[in-house]
Amino acid sequence: MNQIVHPHSPGSLVLGGTVTDGNGAAIPDALIEIWQADTDGTIPRARGACRRDGHTFTGFGRAFTTDEGRYEFWTRNPGAEPGKAPFFAFVVYARGLPDKLHTRAYLPEDEAALAADPLLAGLAPEERATLIASRTPEGGLHFDVRLQGEKETVFFAY
Amino acid sequence: MTTQTSPTAVAPAPESLLAAPDQAPQSDITAEIVAAHAEAERRIAAGETLPATLYDFPAYRSSILRHPTKNPRLVDPETIELLSPAFGQRDVAAIESDLTLQHMGEPIGERMTVEGRLLDSWGRPLRNQLVEIWQANSAGRYIHQRDQHPAPLDPNFTGAGRTVTDGQGHYRFTTIKPGPYPWRNHVNAWRPAHIHFSIFGSSFTQRIITQMYFPGDPLFALDPIYQSIRSQKDRDRLIGVYDHDLTSPEFSMGYRFDIVVDGPDATWFEPEEEN
Repeated sequence: MNQIVHPHSPGSLVLGGTVTDGNGAAIPDALIEIWQADTDGTIPRARGACRRDGHTFTGFGRAFTTDEGRYEFWTRNPGAEPGKAPFFAFVVYARGLPDKLHTRAYLPEDEAALAADPLLAGLAPEERATLIASRTPEGGLHFDVRLQGEKETVFFAY
Repeated sequence: MTTQTSPTAVAPAPESLLAAPDQAPQSDITAEIVAAHAEAERRIAAGETLPATLYDFPAYRSSILRHPTKNPRLVDPETIELLSPAFGQRDVAAIESDLTLQHMGEPIGERMTVEGRLLDSWGRPLRNQLVEIWQANSAGRYIHQRDQHPAPLDPNFTGAGRTVTDGQGHYRFTTIKPGPYPWRNHVNAWRPAHIHFSIFGSSFTQRIITQMYFPGDPLFALDPIYQSIRSQKDRDRLIGVYDHDLTSPEFSMGYRFDIVVDGPDATWFEPEEEN
């Protein structure tokens, strides 16, 4: 479920990070789900998000953290409407969390769109930083989730 | 057969993995639950808005270092958040909704069916949505490799199933009734028997993982996970209803468990989707 696209296929990348608790300790029992638009910004509507056909992009993925608290997805960059900042919708589950947590991981590149984003604009710089993924030298994305404490990820209510 | 296997593709570990450091007696845990509920009521009476589930619930020891300390940010859902992953009947095989048919023999335990409807908060059925369940076997043992509870594994029971809701939002599973199991939150901690449910609504904001319990369980008042839901009305909604009309003569006990998802979605300004 953590391979939304075939590894190493054109445009594919690894989105990964570590889930940590209030002591900074890795959480080895977290479950991360992502849901995203395709690179051109279209929202996947074709059925088959659970049993994939191997070529349709369905935009949904699920990954369990390793004993080191790390999750990874094979996916590709989400897109957005022009001027909008593309992001992955994240849901986090773990033992000790009696309910889910929602957050977003934004792509780091389009600084104008990030500056215009209404959610990000309302946050303090250190809060804002928790929602923006960083680009790895390989072209992947790094996004840590900190449930509590220093650099605590901003979570959402709708 | 001593090859190292990858730890991927295992189900989420059961709560029994994480032993709390202090190992308090049940009386302390019960007192903490009562105090936390009283505190929540006091704050609500003072005008605060609290979520239905209390993330900061120290009686559930592993929540102590894992609950966010800041209030969640109120966000207007956008684009993908207003829709949810698309599933269809071909996403699952029909047999995946029968947890008693996954092996050569029949699992041991009280055979049961659970059925219900998936609805949004307007009472509209949610069609073609994935419903996943997982559970312990009748002896209270998960098949998870980290579950070391010394109750027997059942070679004929894995404990995971899934289905996709039909055109009226109905789902149905056949399984065996799970047993209660011990965990290490405190001394003599036992979880009430339950089936985990994972639900997709029509928007990603409605995504929910919850648990169905069984009527009359004496462990309800003692269980800090169940009690992290602060209102009795909401806790009652997690209890499946025994329904004799769903009980099949000489075959299985029947329970009804309707699930209502909450949260904003996009469906009320979209035309009904064609199948």
